[in-house]
Amino acid sequence: MAVFKQQVAKKAPNLKIGVIHWLRENLFSSVVNSVLTLLALYLIYLIVPTVVNWALFDATFAPVTNEQCGREGACWSYIIEKLDLFMYGFYPPESYWRPQWVLILALIFVWIAKLLKQHKYKTKIVTTLIIIYPIIALFLLYGGLSLEIVETHKWGGLMLTIVVATAGIVASFPIGVLLALGRQSKMPVIRFLSVVYIEFIRGLPLITILFMASVVLPLFFNEGMDMDKLLRALIGITLFQSVYIAEVIRGGLQVIPKGQYEAADAMGLSFVQKTGLIILPQALKISIPNIVGSFIALFKDTTLLLIIGLFDILSMVHLTSSDENWLGRSTEGYVFVMVVMWIILYSMSRYSKALELRYSTDHKN
Amino acid sequence: MEKIKSPLAFLNNNQIRAFLFQVIILVLIVSFFYNAVGNLLNNIESRGIHTGFDFLGVESGFDIAEHLIDYSSTSSNLRVFYVGLINTIVVSVVGIIFASIIGLVIGIARLSNNWLIAKLAGGYIELFRNIPILLQILFWYNLVLVSFPSPKQSFELFGSVFVNLRGIYLPKPIVTEGFIWVMVALVLGIALRALVKRHFNRVHDESGVETNTLAYSLLLLLVLPVMVYLILGSPMVFDYPVLKGFNFKGGMSLSPEFLSLAFALSIYTATYIAEAIRSGIESVSKGQKEAALAMGLTPRQSLRLVVLPQALKLAIPPIINQYLNLTKNSSLAAAIGYSELVSVFAGTMLNQVGQALEIIFMTMMVYLAISLMISLILNIVNHKMSIKER
Repeated sequence: MAVFKQQVAKKAPNLKIGVIHWLRENLFSSVVNSVLTLLALYLIYLIVPTVVNWALFDATFAPVTNEQCGREGACWSYIIEKLDLFMYGFYPPESYWRPQWVLILALIFVWIAKLLKQHKYKTKIVTTLIIIYPIIALFLLYGGLSLEIVETHKWGGLMLTIVVATAGIVASFPIGVLLALGRQSKMPVIRFLSVVYIEFIRGLPLITILFMASVVLPLFFNEGMDMDKLLRALIGITLFQSVYIAEVIRGGLQVIPKGQYEAADAMGLSFVQKTGLIILPQALKISIPNIVGSFIALFKDTTLLLIIGLFDILSMVHLTSSDENWLGRSTEGYVFVMVVMWIILYSMSRYSKALELRYSTDHKN
Repeated sequence: MEKIKSPLAFLNNNQIRAFLFQVIILVLIVSFFYNAVGNLLNNIESRGIHTGFDFLGVESGFDIAEHLIDYSSTSSNLRVFYVGLINTIVVSVVGIIFASIIGLVIGIARLSNNWLIAKLAGGYIELFRNIPILLQILFWYNLVLVSFPSPKQSFELFGSVFVNLRGIYLPKPIVTEGFIWVMVALVLGIALRALVKRHFNRVHDESGVETNTLAYSLLLLLVLPVMVYLILGSPMVFDYPVLKGFNFKGGMSLSPEFLSLAFALSIYTATYIAEAIRSGIESVSKGQKEAALAMGLTPRQSLRLVVLPQALKLAIPPIINQYLNLTKNSSLAAAIGYSELVSVFAGTMLNQVGQALEIIFMTMMVYLAISLMISLILNIVNHKMSIKER
């Protein structure tokens, strides 16, 4: 009987395993691909070292004056010195704890809502929190009672950006829901009005609406009603944003199957019960990722406050770089604001993507 | 026993309720507007505000840096409106063209099987999409002003293109008589090419024989106009920019405002176009491509005839929406002072004349008209592109 010695298996060829294989598959699979890879590498070589050198290796981080900073690299000392302005605008420094607490409270409330999970009174508690939070926030930011009043023209920086974006989305949400329902309504007058309003606003750039709110709007009110500049901007933003919220929610309403309406009718629910208990909860849940999406858009749009003379984080660049001690440092300012905005917007867009995956009920993946 | 009817029982009728509800809403809205207009009239009277559109005929009294039609400070205010409108359209069209090209390239690169290229394209999208457009406009504008050389130390290309912090200076083509025939030749070439294409398409439909029409296209679109141009003795001269004193004279120039606005708009909108194209291509199911290959189509054919038509059908509506967004975003030029509609008409002129109501109204109407036009185009495209199913 022949005895077969067990042979050692041949190793896979080097070209088919490991790094080399990966490189061949992904970077050099054909002549065209190789050329593209080299071009891309060259592009990276052109851009990355310049940017990194400017922003990190040649940059100054120490708290020194403008002259002591070199001209080759970035002068982050400027940002460090003006950081308070970038964050809070002209808000009085001894009151910085107030916006800080507004933020902390928001986190605490979100945490409470998470803790409750399926608690019996969850809906009631969450609703109460949602209603009282804006009141507390307004009280803390603006002041009143025993707190010193801080006029809104002193609000600024990232704080103002966040306040406007949040207030804008909160105020435009109910209007958006009503508009979306109106557009779906069977009543011709209501539908017509909603459609006209939505299409009218959607055709306009935000800046014309802000101009309108800051220049034309006061003409429509009684004389003597001197409206706050920030309030006027907020009205403009709400008018604008509610339309986009409405379109997002309409998208949600459209995918609710007809059977849901019919079942609610069959149960003898009134219109308000049907809408509030059956239709809206489902429609809103579907639209959550897109609502986050429109919050992102609104957050980007708050930079337009600069054009009507409010001091959001972007306008702080203008303001601080015209300080005669820090002339010629506007690039650092823009880059800093870009980084801050990018981090916020990128994390929000990731979050919206994650929500989309969590709520998606089709089994695509 | 007879049922006692409540006098309000008619309220239980759905139709009557709906009717009443609509009447109430209508009354509320009308009274709101009545009140607002009343306040408006009061305010106009008490503050002595001029009304009406007479101001459009008045001399404007200020200069505009960039105008494509004749304009001087003695021109009328209506002229200012036209200058702004034309500049808005110019920067939008330029932006749309570049955004489409960049977007297409990035969108396809995003799906490349080259790992590095795909990652670079993804990085590009994530980077520029998540920075507000106004910030980008200001950043590029600032970068031009800070880092470009003064006119005396301009970058020079081919001895006729100059780049400095005042903008880009290019030779300006001046057409002389006879150039019209070159244009005629070009139009003729385009028409003939369409005919040739149609002929070969018919041949293909009837016999299945495919013909490469590249040679014909080159001949008709390139060789024909160039031949005419040369035969007529080059009926076009160039006016070159020359450094005189502190600045360049002659030629044509693109201002830094225009450049940074167009650049930022293209870069930003391209990210959205790229995403639209990517999701269009990705949504065509794999089976379509496999079926096409199984039918014996080459990979190129299957991409061109099966995948792309379906992908474009999905991608084009969002892309057209992005064109609209780009046009609306061009109004942000107000921040850097490029002379478009919002900046020059609703900005400079509003400060001079002060008739906010009329000026803002006219500006809004322009954007509404543009967006209506674009949604009309969108509807037509949607209609044409809808796949005819049996």
